[in-house]
Amino acid sequence: MRIGVFVCRCGTNIAGTVDTQAVAARALASPDVVYATELLYTCSEPGQQEIQNAVLSHRLQGVVVAACSPRMHELTFRRAVEKAGLNRYMLEMANIREHVSWIGQDKAANTEKAVELVRMAVAKVRRNEPLFGSQVPLTKRVMVIGGGVAGIQAALDCADAGLDVVLVEREPTIGGKMAKLDKTFPTIDCSSCILGPKMVDVAQNENITLHTATEVESLSGTIGNFTVTLRKKAVYVDWDACTGCGLCMEKCPSKKHPDGFNEGLATAPAIRIPFPQAIPKKAHIERSACRYFTTGKCRVCQKICPVGAVRFDMEDRQVVENVGAVIVATGYDLFDPAAYGEYGAGRYPDVITGMQFERILSASGPFGGHIRRPSDGREPRDIVFVACVGSRDKSVGRPYCSGVCCMVIAKQAILARDHLPEARCYVFYMDIRAPGKNYDEFVRRAVEEYGVQYIRGRVGKIYPKGDRLVVQGADTLLGAQVEVEADLVVLATGVEPSRGARELAEKLHISADTHGFFMEGHPKLKPVETNTAGIYLAGACQGPKDIPASVAQGSAAAAKVLALFARDSMTTDPQTAHVAEKVCIGCGKCLTVCPFGAIQWKTLRDGTKKAQVLETVCQGCGLCNATCPPKAVQLRHFTDDQILAELEALCA
Amino acid sequence: MKNGQNLLRIQEHHDPAFVQRVEQQSAQKVSQCYQCGNCTASCAFTGDYDFPVNQIMRLIQLGCKETVLGSRAIWLCGQCQACTVRCPCTIDVARVMATLRSMALESGFVADKNLRRFSDEFLRSVSLFGRVFEAGLLAAYKFRSGSVLSDLELAPVLLKKGKLRFVPHAIEGRREVAALVKRFFDAP
Amino acid sequence: MPMNDRVAYYPGCSLEGLAVEYDVSTRAVCRALGLSLVELNDWNCCGSSPASLYDPMLSATLAGRNLLLAQEARLDTVMTPCPGCLKALKGAIKTRDAHPQALAQALGRPLSERVHAVSVLQLLYEKVGPGALAQAVRRSFDGLPVVPYYGCLLTRPQAVAGFDDPENPVSMDRLLEAVGCAVADFPFKTECCGATSAMTRSDIVVRLSGRLLDMARRLGARAIIVACPLCQQNLDLRQAQAEKAMGTRFGIPVFYLTQVIGWAVGLPAQDLGLDKLIVPGKGVLPDPEPTEPSES
Repeated sequence: MRIGVFVCRCGTNIAGTVDTQAVAARALASPDVVYATELLYTCSEPGQQEIQNAVLSHRLQGVVVAACSPRMHELTFRRAVEKAGLNRYMLEMANIREHVSWIGQDKAANTEKAVELVRMAVAKVRRNEPLFGSQVPLTKRVMVIGGGVAGIQAALDCADAGLDVVLVEREPTIGGKMAKLDKTFPTIDCSSCILGPKMVDVAQNENITLHTATEVESLSGTIGNFTVTLRKKAVYVDWDACTGCGLCMEKCPSKKHPDGFNEGLATAPAIRIPFPQAIPKKAHIERSACRYFTTGKCRVCQKICPVGAVRFDMEDRQVVENVGAVIVATGYDLFDPAAYGEYGAGRYPDVITGMQFERILSASGPFGGHIRRPSDGREPRDIVFVACVGSRDKSVGRPYCSGVCCMVIAKQAILARDHLPEARCYVFYMDIRAPGKNYDEFVRRAVEEYGVQYIRGRVGKIYPKGDRLVVQGADTLLGAQVEVEADLVVLATGVEPSRGARELAEKLHISADTHGFFMEGHPKLKPVETNTAGIYLAGACQGPKDIPASVAQGSAAAAKVLALFARDSMTTDPQTAHVAEKVCIGCGKCLTVCPFGAIQWKTLRDGTKKAQVLETVCQGCGLCNATCPPKAVQLRHFTDDQILAELEALCA
Repeated sequence: MKNGQNLLRIQEHHDPAFVQRVEQQSAQKVSQCYQCGNCTASCAFTGDYDFPVNQIMRLIQLGCKETVLGSRAIWLCGQCQACTVRCPCTIDVARVMATLRSMALESGFVADKNLRRFSDEFLRSVSLFGRVFEAGLLAAYKFRSGSVLSDLELAPVLLKKGKLRFVPHAIEGRREVAALVKRFFDAP
Repeated sequence: MPMNDRVAYYPGCSLEGLAVEYDVSTRAVCRALGLSLVELNDWNCCGSSPASLYDPMLSATLAGRNLLLAQEARLDTVMTPCPGCLKALKGAIKTRDAHPQALAQALGRPLSERVHAVSVLQLLYEKVGPGALAQAVRRSFDGLPVVPYYGCLLTRPQAVAGFDDPENPVSMDRLLEAVGCAVADFPFKTECCGATSAMTRSDIVVRLSGRLLDMARRLGARAIIVACPLCQQNLDLRQAQAEKAMGTRFGIPVFYLTQVIGWAVGLPAQDLGLDKLIVPGKGVLPDPEPTEPSES
C-alpha cells in the first residue's frame, strides 16, 4: 500500500510544542509510507489542495493527517481525499493537538508521542477498507416535542414549508409558559394576544398533527428514519365529540382542587378546559380531583354533556410515528423557593413567586386582573421584588444566571404601578442583565418613569410583622443593612430544565449538562443541533432564554430540518456493525447489550438463529463487537484487526 | 469609606501577603465573594460596625490590611453564623471574621480593648481553676475595664436567686489544663 | 448518628454558675425519661470564644481534653446543653479529623474517631422523640402559647450542626407540642440574642434580645423556651434592661426546654430549678399538682 502522511503545524498551535518536521521525517520509517510532509494549515484550501496533489502525484492509496481532533476536521479531510479519487474511509487522523500539543510544554516528549500516534494511524490505515454507505429514503416528517413558543414556531416553519409535522405536548393544551404570562417585555404586548394566533395556526394547519396530553415513551432508529412511540394519556373526554362549550366545568361539584395553571392561587373544577384560549379547546378530567374516580359517585359531567363526550373508561394508548428528524423544545420549569427557608415561601401566603404574580396580573387569573394579596385580598401598597432566587447561587446548586428575571421584574414593577398608581415598588438586585434590543432602556423606564426604587443588595430574611412583611436586605452601595416593610413580596425564581428532562434525554440518546439542560453540538457554532444526528434543539430546554431567542431557535431548528430534507434520500454512515454469519454462534449477547435495539435475530433456512444488524438503526458504538465471544460481530472501520494493529504499532 | 478616605490608590494599598495570610488561615477564598451583601443583610451586629461585613470582605479583596485589622467590626462580631449560613458563594464569612480578629490581636491592633481584657481574664480563670469561676471573672473584668457601675442593678437579683457561686470549683486536673493554656497564652 | 443509652455528660462552666437550673433540670429530665447520663470526671472549661481568639488549636486542646475523658470512660456520645460548648467540642473533632497528629501531640494522646458530640435538644429529639414524650406527659400545658427560641448556634451552620434545619428548625417545636404547648410560628427562631456581647456591650444584647421579646409578645406568647444558657440569661436576666430601653413591659418568663419537659412529665419544681427564674414563671406554668404520681 502507498501511504502519505501530512503533519499539520496549525500555525503555532501544534508547532509551538511539537517538532512537526521531525514527526514527518520519522513517519517515513514506517513501511508503506512513501510520502511525508508538514503543512502550516492543513484544513485551509491550499492545505487540502496539497493533499489532493500528493494523492495524485504519488499515487497514494491511504492518507494519514496528523493534526487536530477528528471531531474538528475529519469530515473536511474525508471530503478532500474523496475529491482526489480515494474512498473517504482510507483516511486516518492522528490527534497531535488536543492529545499532545495542548497538554504540555515538553517538546521532546510531545514529539515522541506524536511520532507514536502517527505510527499507530499508519498501521490502521494500512488495514482500512473502502466503505460505502447506502442510499436510504428519508421520511420527510418531523416531530416537535414540546408545544411552547419555540416548538410552535418550529412546527409552523416546517409546516409552512410543506413538511408533515407531528407536534407532541404533554399538557392537555399547547402554549407552554408563555400562555401563562400577562404581558411581555419590552413592548408590554399581551402574551396570549401574540401567542394566540400562532396557537390557532397550529390547530388549523393541515400539515400539523397535534398530540396533546401525550408523552414520548421511546425512540429508535437513526437520522432520516426514527420510530417514536408516544403515549397518549387518558383525558376521559372524547375530543372528537367535545365542542369546548364548558358546561361540564360549570356543573362539576368538585371545585376545591388547586389549579396548576394559576400556580395554586385559585381552584378549578375536576373537569376543566385549562384556559379560555387553550388549543385544543377541549375538556379533560384531573383524576385526583374527580369525585367519580376517588369515591365512585357523581358523573354529573357525563350526564350534562350535550354531546356525550365524557368517557370514564378511557385508557392510555400508544401511537407510533415514523419521522426523519426530531426537534426538542421542552422548555423550562421554575426553581422552588422553599429551599430558602429564610424567605418563608410556602409559609407566608404573601411571599409569592414571579409566576404567581404573573397570574395575579392576568385578567384571566385568580383575581380577574386585580392585584390583591393572597392572604386577605387587600390591595398591596408596598411591593418588594427579590431578584436571583435560585440563580447565581451555588449554595443551592444553581450557579448560573437565569437571564430573564431582571427584565421580568422590571416589567412586573411597571405593571404593578400601572394597576395601582398609589403602590410603591422596590427591587433588591445584585446586577441588572438587560442585553437585548431596548432592554436596558426598559429597565431605566421602570426607574425613571415609574419610580421603582432599585436597591443594590441581596435579601437576608423576610418575616411577618402583624399582617405585613419585613424584608431585611442590604444596600451595598450605601454599605448598610436596610429594611423595607411590604404588603407583598415577589421572588424572581430561577429557570431550570423542565421536569423529566434527563429521562427524556436518555430516551432520545442526547446529552444533558450538569444542570439538566440539553447539550448543543457546539456552544458557539451549533446552538440548535445535538451530537445525535437528526435531533435538534430549540428554546429554553437548551438553556435559559427569553421569547425572541426561543422563537429564533425554533426557526433555526426548522431550517436545519428543511436542509436535511432538501434531498429525497440520505447516505447512511457505513461505520456500522456487521455479523459474519458463519462465525456467529447465536448466543444473543449482542442483542442484549445493544443500547439502540439495532440487532435482531435472523433465522436461517435450516432453522438456526444468527444475529443480524439493522444498519439504519446501528449507531456504531461497538458494544456488540466488544461483547461477542467468537468476535463474529465487527464494527466496520473499527474492527479488532484494525485496532489491534494500532496497539501492536504502539507496543513495538 | 469614612470621611476623608474616599480616594484610594488601589495599587499603593494592596498588600498581597495579607490577602494570602487571611485566605490560608481562614481556609476561604475571598475572590469567590461577589459582593452581594447577603452577609450584611443577615448580620445581627451590623448596627454597631464601622464597616459592614460585606465591606470588610471588599477591603480584604483590595488588600487594605491596616483598615481591616484596625476596624471595630471584627471585634464586635458575635459569631452568630448568619452570614455563613446565607452566603450564596458558600464562604464561611464568620470564620474569616474570627481569623481577622486573631490576626489583629497578633499584630497589635486591638480596637476593642474591653473584649481583649475579658478574654484574658477568662483564660486566666481557666488556668487557675480548670473552669471559669464566674464571680471572679466578673469582678476582675469589671475592675480592669473600669466598668464597675454598669449592670450593677443586676447584682442584687443574682445574689438573691443564688446564681453566683462565691467559691471557685478548682478541678483536680487544673495544672494539666494550665499547661495546655500556657502553650498558647501567657496571662498578663 | 447512633447513640448509646449511656451518654457522657458535659455541663460546661455556665451550668455550674449562672445557668445552674439548666444543669439540674437536664439531669432530672434525662433520668425521668430513661436516659443514663455519666458526668465526665474532672471536666475542664472548653475555652469558649476566648480560646479561639488566641489560637484555634488552644480551643481544640481544651475541648479535646474532655473528649478524651469520654473516650477513657468508653463513652462515644458526649452531650452538652450549652451550644457554645458544643461548638468547641465539634471544633475539636474537626481538628482531630484535619490535623490528627498535631492534636494528639497537644493532648498527649490521640483522640478516637468514634467520639462525637450532641446537644441536649438533639438527644431528647432523637433518643426519646415527640411520640414517646407525649406518652410520658402527666401535666399537659393545655395549649399554652409559647415561642421556641433555638438561638444562633444549635442548628447553624448546617455542616457543623448536622441536625435539624438552619433557617426553620422544628425539633423543639415538636417536643413542645408533645407536652401540650401551642407553639407559635416564630420567625426569629435562629436570630442571635446578642450572645457573648453580654459582658462587653450589653447595649447590643438589649437591642437584639429586645427585638426577640417584642416579636414573642406580638405573637401572643406567654413564655419563651430556650436551649442555651446565654440566650436564657440575655432574655431573662436582662429583660428589665430591655424593658427600660424600649419603654415597655414584657413580663415573659424564659424557661429552659428541660424545665418545661420536666414539668410536663410530672417532676417537682425543686428538681427543675424553677426558683432561679428572674422573670417569674408563676401563673404561666399549669397546675402545680401533677395528675398522676411523678416517677422518681
